[in-house]
Amino acid sequence: MIPVLLILIPAVTGLLSFFIPGAKGAKVWALISAIATLVVALYGVCTHKAAVAGVDASWLPAMGARFTLSMDGMARMLCALTAVSFPLVFGATYKNEYDKPGSYYALMLLLQAGLMGVFLASDALLFYFFWELALIPAYFLCSQWGGEKRIAVTFKFFVYTFVGSLLMLLGIIYLHGKTADQSFALQAFYSVKLSLTEQIWLFWAFFIAFAIKMPVFPFHTWQPDAYEQSPTGVTMILSGVMVKMGLYAVIRWLLPVFPEAVAKFDHLVILLCVIGILYSSLIAIRQDDIKRLIAYSSIGHIGLMAAAIFANQQIGMQGVMVQMFNHGINVIGLWIVADAIEQQLGTRKFSQLGGLAQKAPGLAILLVVMAFANIALPLTNAFVGEFMMFNGLFRYNVWMAAVAGISIILAAVYTLGMVQKVFYGNTVAATEHATDSSFNVKLVLAILAVGIIILGVYPQPVIQLTNDTVQAVITKIH
Amino acid sequence: MPIQYYIALASCLFCIGIVGVLVRRNAIIIFMCIELMLNAVNLLLVAFSKMYHGGAALSNATTTAGVDGQLFVFFIMVVAAAEVSVGLAVIVMMYRNVHSVDVNFLNRLKN
Amino acid sequence: MSNLVFLVPLFPLLGFLINGLFRKSLSKPMIGVIGCGALLASFVVSAILFGNVAAANRLHPGQPIPATVLFDFINVSSFKIQFAFLADQLSCLFLLIITGIGFLIHLYSTSYMHEEPTEHYGRYFAYLNLFVFSMLLLVLGANYLVMFIGWEGVGLCSYLLIGFWFKNDNYNYAAKKAFVMNRIGDLGFLLAMFWLLAKLGTVDYNQVFAKTALLSKTDITAITLLFFVGAAGKSAQIPLYTWLPDAMAGPTPVSALIHAATMVTAGIYMIARSNVLYSLAECTQHVIAIIGLATALFAATIAIKQNDIKKVLAYSTVSQLGYMFLGLGVGAYTGAVFHVMTHAFFKALLFLGAGSVIHAMHHEQDIRNMGGLKKYLPKTHLTFLLGCLAIAGIPPFSGFFSKDEILAAAYAHSPIYWGIGVATAALTAFYMFRLYATTFLGNFRGTHDQQHHLHESPAAMTIPLMVLALLSVSGGFAGVPEVLGGDHQLHGWLSGVITSEKTHHLEHSTEYLLMGVSVALAVLASVFAISRYSKKPELQEATGLGKVLQNKWYIDELYDAVIVKPLLKLADVLKNVVEKSGIDGIVNGVGKFVHYSSRQLRLLQSGLVGSYILVIVLSIVVLFLVFWNQSIILQFVQKIF
Repeated sequence: MIPVLLILIPAVTGLLSFFIPGAKGAKVWALISAIATLVVALYGVCTHKAAVAGVDASWLPAMGARFTLSMDGMARMLCALTAVSFPLVFGATYKNEYDKPGSYYALMLLLQAGLMGVFLASDALLFYFFWELALIPAYFLCSQWGGEKRIAVTFKFFVYTFVGSLLMLLGIIYLHGKTADQSFALQAFYSVKLSLTEQIWLFWAFFIAFAIKMPVFPFHTWQPDAYEQSPTGVTMILSGVMVKMGLYAVIRWLLPVFPEAVAKFDHLVILLCVIGILYSSLIAIRQDDIKRLIAYSSIGHIGLMAAAIFANQQIGMQGVMVQMFNHGINVIGLWIVADAIEQQLGTRKFSQLGGLAQKAPGLAILLVVMAFANIALPLTNAFVGEFMMFNGLFRYNVWMAAVAGISIILAAVYTLGMVQKVFYGNTVAATEHATDSSFNVKLVLAILAVGIIILGVYPQPVIQLTNDTVQAVITKIH
Repeated sequence: MPIQYYIALASCLFCIGIVGVLVRRNAIIIFMCIELMLNAVNLLLVAFSKMYHGGAALSNATTTAGVDGQLFVFFIMVVAAAEVSVGLAVIVMMYRNVHSVDVNFLNRLKN
Repeated sequence: MSNLVFLVPLFPLLGFLINGLFRKSLSKPMIGVIGCGALLASFVVSAILFGNVAAANRLHPGQPIPATVLFDFINVSSFKIQFAFLADQLSCLFLLIITGIGFLIHLYSTSYMHEEPTEHYGRYFAYLNLFVFSMLLLVLGANYLVMFIGWEGVGLCSYLLIGFWFKNDNYNYAAKKAFVMNRIGDLGFLLAMFWLLAKLGTVDYNQVFAKTALLSKTDITAITLLFFVGAAGKSAQIPLYTWLPDAMAGPTPVSALIHAATMVTAGIYMIARSNVLYSLAECTQHVIAIIGLATALFAATIAIKQNDIKKVLAYSTVSQLGYMFLGLGVGAYTGAVFHVMTHAFFKALLFLGAGSVIHAMHHEQDIRNMGGLKKYLPKTHLTFLLGCLAIAGIPPFSGFFSKDEILAAAYAHSPIYWGIGVATAALTAFYMFRLYATTFLGNFRGTHDQQHHLHESPAAMTIPLMVLALLSVSGGFAGVPEVLGGDHQLHGWLSGVITSEKTHHLEHSTEYLLMGVSVALAVLASVFAISRYSKKPELQEATGLGKVLQNKWYIDELYDAVIVKPLLKLADVLKNVVEKSGIDGIVNGVGKFVHYSSRQLRLLQSGLVGSYILVIVLSIVVLFLVFWNQSIILQFVQKIF
């Protein structure tokens, strides 16, 4: 029942939210809905009863598609991430004003429903359905409430990811034809027998879809633009949760289904990832816009996760699990800070900022925590994940790990550069009359900071939660 | 009369209709050409129906075989009538608006 | 009793939390009490631990001290790293140094930082406590991961404290530089850990040292070299030393605590801790010894021509760290640890003395504007003199014993090492007494206003100075070598941890000779410096080689031109060319191509009904033709494929 509720609550409340006229009402409604989902999700994470395990119902019998939801460790973890992020995002952007607030929050909630569905679906067609369902609200959110260049940018975002999705759909249909009982079930896909040539074609069809979503170099160019132009609340979800769809899908739908093709191309993929890590880190150094900097930094982090997935080591995979959750939290924190600055000062350019620490000490301290989490300082949550991922990568190939490791230096350069340019130094014209950010922003950031440190000191809960998935995937491949 | 005569006549009528639609620009003429094509089909349907019925009646005098062909003719006539009424109305409206019944003038949807 | 271990880092952590969270509501004395009290409590617990270890050592000599496991940090079926503390002889020694000197410096800070607004005062003590917490983690960790946590933690605190006055962009730049340079070293540390994990599946000290037989020669060399990269970053060795002099941007007590007495010695601690590994890697030891020597000499030459009181001390720190690495490289691990200890005493003393001078001079740091401070700051002057004597290696002050032990080991290894070492020692004595003479002797050269306000620092500042001076004078007696009739207690104390010390047997006469030469040179250099600079200090701008030295051999400029600028250029190219026109260009190109082709295809859609119908009719005709000639077409198709 829990998995159904996780999808149903945001979907239904989202649809109802279209009819809420006032801004206040819509905000409260969305916040209540998100918190309700969070409660259900936490219950689902904490209990191991059969009720949580899954749902299986007839859906499109003519095609052999079933409405199958299941919750293993990874799904639980990602559902928890989705459920945690939405209240935080709503809380942090509570004071922001949007046109047509009812529709905005409706689309946000529908987005949440889609994301939940992606993480829960155990049926390929259902998975595809939710995959697209998550994309559509994101498209409308970006194109309606975004920045100046939103139309062109969101068009690119949509078409780019959609091309990938269609490749995946082709792959799904082909696999469907190959399954023994003509079904879309995950287990049927796992046991399907494919020749190497078939595996290679299908591998690329799926991989490109997921690589665009993650994104992996060189499929990433939609991302900085999309992050920059989207309203920040949406960007938080895009980079905090939505990119995890790609990583999740690789672990769930790619590795176990095409093990031989993966073994054949892992070198190439990891090479792409490592190039991407360095490439995006270097570009991040030269950014003049907070949002673009975070976007490129995020590409680097995701690249590392992708590399660790394809390195195919248990410890690395476990690190990816930990990091998926932690990166979500950290990057949302960074976006909240960026949003707080933009809302108050009307600019995101480093060249127009400076000395904010004098005016907004609370925000500055919280940003420093987020920044150090971003560069994976020990005792922040990101360190554990990165440590394990680099470990896996190192076991796969020493040189790849060493080269990718340069990114931890570059990350320090650009992150501290950001902190320095925005918060330190003397005040400039834009920050002369700045004040500390409002209570809700600081509250959300403080919650995040506490979470960052707790998970950094004691990461064992996330590790244990996702242990079963890692074991299953690794055994399936080897 | 052998069936071939009917077929030949219907084909001729149909071709005249097609050529008319293709080459004429006056909407009313095009309309009439469409009617011509429809009626060529009607003629064929009736002719085949008669032929089929004649063959079947040799063994069984009370058979209704071939009636459905003629039935279809009525359908077509009804649809054609409806079409004429709507089509003519469109043409009249068009004439009122642009003072012309030239179909080539109606490419506004382009661009 | 060993369960007390967790208390040692807990107190500073609590101090950090209280001072950090309530910095606005607490009063300044309260903040000071909390900050110092946390350290004092820690010190007391450390002393108890030290006593325990000593007792255990007496009862069961040679038996290793067990680690205290707090919780599983990372536990994946195949892979387990615990959050565990190990308070053995080496850790306990460092605990005492850190908490003891840390406490004195906290005490000193209560007075030195008194002019700061309450909020920043609280922030300062919070950072300082956090630093001590990290440093304690570093030395208490029972495995390399916990050490690494502390390792990065101290880097963080160093960053925060260097940039403490965050309004100044230069300070922020220095802070960032320190952090990034440390990160370069940290990457080496991380890779070494990964290597250990990949080969041995553990980073636990005891297990790693027990399993060294499983490592190949290449493994050990690579691991030790990578760890050394980490140590070079943290302990400011060539080529990663340039951050340390810049780090003097922080408040002076911070320089004393972090950038002289404790954090920078982390690299030495780590290598001494891993002495079992290093003794197996001859190649690495050579590298360490050479880099240590080079750093010692190089930094000493720079220190000769610096005019900022803190910069001289900073380069002297780099140089002394080089000494310690020389000791490590020639296998004198105890000697290096000994020098860490004595250096902590006298360098903290010197920095705090410098702080006292700066305080009195109203934040003037240029020694050319000082002079004759002897009569205004008697206590500071006396303690500073003792510190100089100690660092110069004049017997019987502490620096003499530790430096001598390293030099003797270096001589046993290679007389060339010894020669360079002694030359550096002479340089050390020279620049220290140049500093001393220019600052305290001669006539006052500052402004009249400054002279009017000259005053001895308050007791909170002079008491730590006196305690440290006492330690600097007497600290050396913990390791009196056998040749001078001592029994080197430190050696015996550390024998349980440092098991692979290279023993060397020099003739007593040789040892006396070596000592004599180095002491004589040091005395000569000191006397020369005093006589030269007390009357006629160097006021004009240096020229020729002096100018090169004053500008630190232009190393910063070199790094800037060779590494930083090209990297930024590359980043620019990537951002503006590769990303925009390259990758995004291709993506947009695909879009544009589709757009263009559809524009062309659209011409078919002429809008003429007639042409549409013509196409329909023709298509129907073609379909009919195809239908009638199916078999022929199929045959044709089969023939092609």
